[in-house]
Amino acid sequence: MIRNLWLKLIAPIDGPLMAFSGLLLLVALVAVGSASPERMTAQLVNLGVALAVMRVIAQVPPQRLMHMALPVYFFGVLLLIAVALFGDISKGARRWLNLGFMRVQPSELMKIAMPLMLAWYFQKHEALLRLRDYAVAALLLLIPVALIARQPDLGTAILVFSAGFFVIFFAGLPWKVIIGLGVAAAAAAPFAWNLLHDYQRHRILTLLDPEKDPLGKGFHIIQSTIAIGSGGILGKGWGKGTQAQLEFIPERHTDFIFAVYSEEFGLLGNLLLLILYSLLIGRGLMISANAATLFARLLAGAVTLIFFTYAFVNMGMVSGILPVVGVPLPLISYGGTALVTLFLGIGILMSIHKNRMLVQK
Amino acid sequence: MEFKNPQEELERFRSRIAFAGGFVLFCFGLLFARFVWLQVIQHDYYRTRAEENRISLVPIVPNRGLIVDRNGVVLARNYSAYTLEITPSKVKNLEETIDELAKILDVQPKDRKRFHKLLAESKNFESLPIRTRLSDEEVAVFIAHRYRFPGVDIKARLFRQYPFGAFASHLLGYIGRVTDRDIEKIEEREVEDNYRGTEHFGKTGLEQHYEFDLHGITGFEQVEVDAGGRAVRTLARTAPVPGNNLALTIDARLQEIAEKAFGDRRGALVAIEPATGGILALVSVPNYDPNLFVDGIDTQSWRELNESPDKPMVNRALNGAYPPGSTFKPFMALGALTLGKRRAEQTISDPGFYNFGGHVFRDDKKGGHGSVDMYKSIVHSCDTYYYMLANDMGIDNISSFMGSIGLGQRTGVDIDGESEGVLPSQEWKKKRFKKPEQQKWYAGETISIGIGQGYNAYTPIQLAQATATVANNGVMFRPHLVRHITDTRSGTQTPVEPQPIRTLPWKQEHIDVIKNAMVGVNKEGTGARAFAGAEYVSAGKTGTAQVFSYKGAEHKTEHMQANLRDHALFIAFAPVDQPKIALAVLVENGGFGAQAAAPIARQIFDYYLLGKVPKSAAPADEQAVEADE
Repeated sequence: MIRNLWLKLIAPIDGPLMAFSGLLLLVALVAVGSASPERMTAQLVNLGVALAVMRVIAQVPPQRLMHMALPVYFFGVLLLIAVALFGDISKGARRWLNLGFMRVQPSELMKIAMPLMLAWYFQKHEALLRLRDYAVAALLLLIPVALIARQPDLGTAILVFSAGFFVIFFAGLPWKVIIGLGVAAAAAAPFAWNLLHDYQRHRILTLLDPEKDPLGKGFHIIQSTIAIGSGGILGKGWGKGTQAQLEFIPERHTDFIFAVYSEEFGLLGNLLLLILYSLLIGRGLMISANAATLFARLLAGAVTLIFFTYAFVNMGMVSGILPVVGVPLPLISYGGTALVTLFLGIGILMSIHKNRMLVQK
Repeated sequence: MEFKNPQEELERFRSRIAFAGGFVLFCFGLLFARFVWLQVIQHDYYRTRAEENRISLVPIVPNRGLIVDRNGVVLARNYSAYTLEITPSKVKNLEETIDELAKILDVQPKDRKRFHKLLAESKNFESLPIRTRLSDEEVAVFIAHRYRFPGVDIKARLFRQYPFGAFASHLLGYIGRVTDRDIEKIEEREVEDNYRGTEHFGKTGLEQHYEFDLHGITGFEQVEVDAGGRAVRTLARTAPVPGNNLALTIDARLQEIAEKAFGDRRGALVAIEPATGGILALVSVPNYDPNLFVDGIDTQSWRELNESPDKPMVNRALNGAYPPGSTFKPFMALGALTLGKRRAEQTISDPGFYNFGGHVFRDDKKGGHGSVDMYKSIVHSCDTYYYMLANDMGIDNISSFMGSIGLGQRTGVDIDGESEGVLPSQEWKKKRFKKPEQQKWYAGETISIGIGQGYNAYTPIQLAQATATVANNGVMFRPHLVRHITDTRSGTQTPVEPQPIRTLPWKQEHIDVIKNAMVGVNKEGTGARAFAGAEYVSAGKTGTAQVFSYKGAEHKTEHMQANLRDHALFIAFAPVDQPKIALAVLVENGGFGAQAAAPIARQIFDYYLLGKVPKSAAPADEQAVEADE
């Protein structure tokens, strides 16, 4: 009886995906336990919520998800516009919408809504895909990205943009166009520079030479690279990272948790982390390759690569090769919102995997 | 337009998936390369940086060395006290904070003034005292209210204390908070590390001259700190080494008797041990209280000290340059003997004046001293004798002889900023004046030089050194105040060896003539009244230096304003056959040397040679008038 219930509970869950993300969650508990032990309970609660969301979504067939794409997307855009007009300002950015009983960050929703929408769009035009369709897709992509970038929230804008771009890429955007756009982007960079906010420019400049401003903007990067570098090959041991424990690392339980982990577990710990992410992403790409419909393929591929974007941007910025943008380390950083979003993604992947056969048995 | 082949489409999609997979691995490879760079190749560098972050060296300021007199009486020491300090950078509104503090603690206007003075001088990351020497109750009161005062804290600090207050202040000097000028000195000696955390620095006197002996070696505590700079735990500790103690040649009791002997008069006294150059007493009165400077003097007290007409901040013994008056005569006589310009028994006839080129130089005694030899010229202080002698010797001979006994030169005493005084000569005049007609030396100017007037101006310590040199038969020592320096750690004493400067090529018979005449002064001459009944044989010479010159005119001191009265001088040594003490006394505007200065010397000798303590420290006997000067 209980056994049956259990089997029913785990029925939609994909073993390998669950195993890899489970291992990453173990790493997360170890890292949060060192960076901010008092937040362990809260993070466990967040984790419970996120897993529940995953389990629910894993059961929703992709066809249902497809039906939700359009309303979710437009609802999200609407919320973004509302934020731009009435949003709460916190730390100099207008990101939050106060609904009276709770505050929501609509940009978070777009991380999933965007690939959902674009995958739906390409599925709809599957039969005859023309360049014009890519242009429409690009428009659907850029409107919310622009709204988010304006808030300003460069980190989320990058994530949303990349999620949408992956869909377009997997949909078959010709290589010449991709290369052409790349060249054009490079040429436009100086103009884009002028559009950036001062603090964003400062972050990029700081990345180029953090020592110029060691007590100001460069402090984050200097301290996190010191933490990583001083960790060495084997690390200083759990709870023994001086940079972390003596509070030299800013935001050490959220965006900079990788510095804490890396200081205490060293190069070997980093290698383990990269392998786990690679396995997770590999499994996601496999699911994508075997999915039944174009919608499912595109959605799975894009959702999978969101993990990559998170991981690469975060580790890149903490180790000082990318500018500091507010992107957490996926599945590891403390915080409920990102965790829920990510497990939502994993749930979608599981659902797609369960429904990989066109004709159900 | 062609219909798509689903299989072909799927293949293309899968190739893009494969590409994406490859791209992911490539990017992770980049990250891994970055990690290898940071964690393997640059590991040592970052490990060091992390350690530097973590470990902070907190200096532990050593106890400053003590200053004791030759008998071990403590003249400068340290005591621990609580201060209330404000770190201006951590306080939003300073005035408001001080007002609030004043409600719970006693904050005087002078505390505020001193705080603002320190604030103006400091770098703003320092914490500065608003109150010093808090009582235990005050400490308790503040601690109860501490939560209301971020940026204000109680600190236990060592304070310098001069237990006798306004006593011997000009030789001890004082310490004050470190200023930019002090930092320059510290950097010059390259001892910045040893001064980390040090807040005080010797400003004048021995405190200044022996700063680097008294300071000690700063200890360090290795503390683990967090990013906010708060100490988490102590890792290691190197104890500080207290500064070296100074044992002085000064006899505090003698110094006290000397200072009291001046009463409320201004003046200076330097007493030297002729055989070593060790200074037994160095007086400049009025004194000031050096304790005022230790935690920063308030502006009002500072102004009072600086604007006082008595100029208590001037060290008259080293920086006051006075015409020596008749105390110059024994040196003139010795010079004449040495240069062969006079024989002791040679006499002159004194009509009471000396006529030089139509200009009349008067002797103090109307009608003159009659027939005068060298002995009588000193005992009775005959001016005419020296007018003639000066003319016979000439300015350059006088100048080079007086230079040889150290007049007009820094003695090299161990206090900084000593004045040179003025040793007049043709060359000096050329340098001193700009206009050619002023640069020329006139022979008439030599005449008044002979009786210690004119351009002559010497510091009391120079006169004392010259007197000690005569007493010591021509062997001149550098005067010094420190007898030995004690290493507080090992207890070893490093004595300050007597430093002979030169031995003068004087004939003993010449020296004896002068000594004999100076003995005569105290027996039957101008010093006789002051030394009546002395149980030892002393030698002396009185002097009266004109503040203004009244050309040949008679004048009466009583009718003159006090600050225009003559300076009274006296030089002496005793006992004559084995001199233990030589001194020079100067009483500013004291009138006659015999009357104002010689009795001070008597008290000093009585105490130093016989252990006799004067009944009262009253000023010297005003009635004793020896008009013969």
